[in-house]
Amino acid sequence: MDARLSVKFNKVSLEYPNGVRAVRRLDCEIRKGERVAIIGPSGAGKTSLLRILATALRPSSGTIGVLDTDPWRLDRGNLRRLRSRIGMVHQAPPIPPRQRVVTAVLAGRLGQWPAWRSLASLVYPMDIAGAERMLARMEIADKLFERCDQLSGGQLQRVGVARVLYQRPDLILTDEPVSAVDPALSDRVVGELNREAIERGVTLVASLHAVDLALHRFPRVIGVRAGEIVFDLPPVRVSDGMLAELYASESRTVPTQDNQTLETVPAGVRRRPMFS
Amino acid sequence: MNSIPRLRDPAAAPRLLLAVCIVALLWPGFSLTEFDPAALFDERGRATIVKFVGTFFPLETSPDFLGLVLKSTFETLAIATAGMAFAILIGWPLALVVTRSLSISRIGPGPGLMPGRLVRMPARFALMFFRSIPEIVWALLFVRAVGLGPAAGVLAIGVTYGGMLGKVYSEILESNDTRPATALLEAGGGRIAAFCYGMWPVALPELVSYSVYRWECAVRASVIMGFVGAGGLGLQMELSMRMLNGGEVSTILLTFLLLVVLADGVSALLRKVTG
Ligand SMILES: Nc1ncnc2c1ncn2[C@@H]1O[C@H](COP(=O)(O)OP(=O)(O)O)[C@@H](O)[C@H]1O
Ligand SMILES: [Mg+2]
Repeated sequence: MDARLSVKFNKVSLEYPNGVRAVRRLDCEIRKGERVAIIGPSGAGKTSLLRILATALRPSSGTIGVLDTDPWRLDRGNLRRLRSRIGMVHQAPPIPPRQRVVTAVLAGRLGQWPAWRSLASLVYPMDIAGAERMLARMEIADKLFERCDQLSGGQLQRVGVARVLYQRPDLILTDEPVSAVDPALSDRVVGELNREAIERGVTLVASLHAVDLALHRFPRVIGVRAGEIVFDLPPVRVSDGMLAELYASESRTVPTQDNQTLETVPAGVRRRPMFS
Repeated sequence: MNSIPRLRDPAAAPRLLLAVCIVALLWPGFSLTEFDPAALFDERGRATIVKFVGTFFPLETSPDFLGLVLKSTFETLAIATAGMAFAILIGWPLALVVTRSLSISRIGPGPGLMPGRLVRMPARFALMFFRSIPEIVWALLFVRAVGLGPAAGVLAIGVTYGGMLGKVYSEILESNDTRPATALLEAGGGRIAAFCYGMWPVALPELVSYSVYRWECAVRASVIMGFVGAGGLGLQMELSMRMLNGGEVSTILLTFLLLVVLADGVSALLRKVTG
């Protein structure tokens, strides 16, 4: 695999045990340091795609390369090390309700910490300052010692993002990371993810429900429908027609943050600064 | 999606079949055990029961005997508690081994799937073996090995309950939300770390309440093992029964009731603390 690539999909298909084909013969390359948004109607296969990237699902056919290796040809130890370099923000944060926020954030480094350190951190959190810094970036530093079941859905989602920021992965994957966060904060959270990727030169792949967020914040947008890539373009070249067609099966309007219609501009015209 | 949806619940037929199977399986059980509730209430049965229960009163409350019961109670509690501690030591590691959700190779599936299975199978078999032999049999075995006394009871409870705890702990872990642990494994975390950060906080109240309930069962079990020489309230009970002293027996039974009430309180308290 080309050393400048972070991700390479080669005719990747995924079929679930119940026969649903979520990803169909997909080819895709993402260079190191690229920031990519994935959009598409629900059921399009965005989550499946990200989970393949996260090495959580193994393709039924085709090969993938992630961070310079084919994960499914690694031995146990190397696969674990690879996984610890990939950070996934799940749509529904997989965090035990009874866990404290600080613990949930520190859990991001479990793949890097030796076992004794993970266990010791349960007795007394090993890096309170580190957790606090990441939470501050998500504007929930005041929740540091609260229990996760005392947070709102949007706050919990931001804890999930803070965990992955704390993990400092070389490949950041986020699955609709702001679906429960209100619009003003969504922009902030997605902005922080972008900032992290730019500052550390790592790759960011984010599926997003809100199309405007994808178009405004990412230099590359991939439209997915029925497990196939419909378009793969810089946002300025994504036309309203393409978007309307992408979401045709779901609704008459293209989903945005506050459900307002996307400003119609002639195709090919720059909408807004790509990244601010 | 394009075909006309059929508006019949596809799960209905399997469910009906299951219900029929359950009845078909239970029926021979009842007839085989000559289960006949009416026998409890016919003339002869009732007279026997009344006479038997009558010998239980009045309760024996002499200070000497109460002192003896108190001492035996402590001994029983000690056997049950030490036995449980031993059982937890046996049960937890095995539970962590057999819990499939904590398997890393399952994700994908990746490398090490076969070795994983080869380790899980003997562990599962060990759990089955430990709990398939009744604690009284283990006790008889250990009495021969370590001699008469509480140590045999502790060992017997440890082994049998270790088998039960391992199985049920693992089932509790699996039946709760396993996504947090899975997510940690997918981020390169190890088995122990995934358990501690992803499963323990999810399942804690259920684990605690099951453990306390098992401790309560261990108290009863230690009584039965007293009959074969493992000390405690059981030994006392056996002596009283041999002397046909119903009053003493019922005092001891009342003590059991108090112990169960105690276990209930402890369980409720711990659930509140961990809730
Ligand atoms: N665990 C699963 N088992 C079976 N089918 C699934 C599973 N997860 C998703 N699917 C199916 O795969 C398709 C793609 O799902 P998903 O990747 O979750 O899409 P998206 O994230 O874009 O909404 C859908 O048709 C969905 O029903
Ligand atoms: Mg999804």
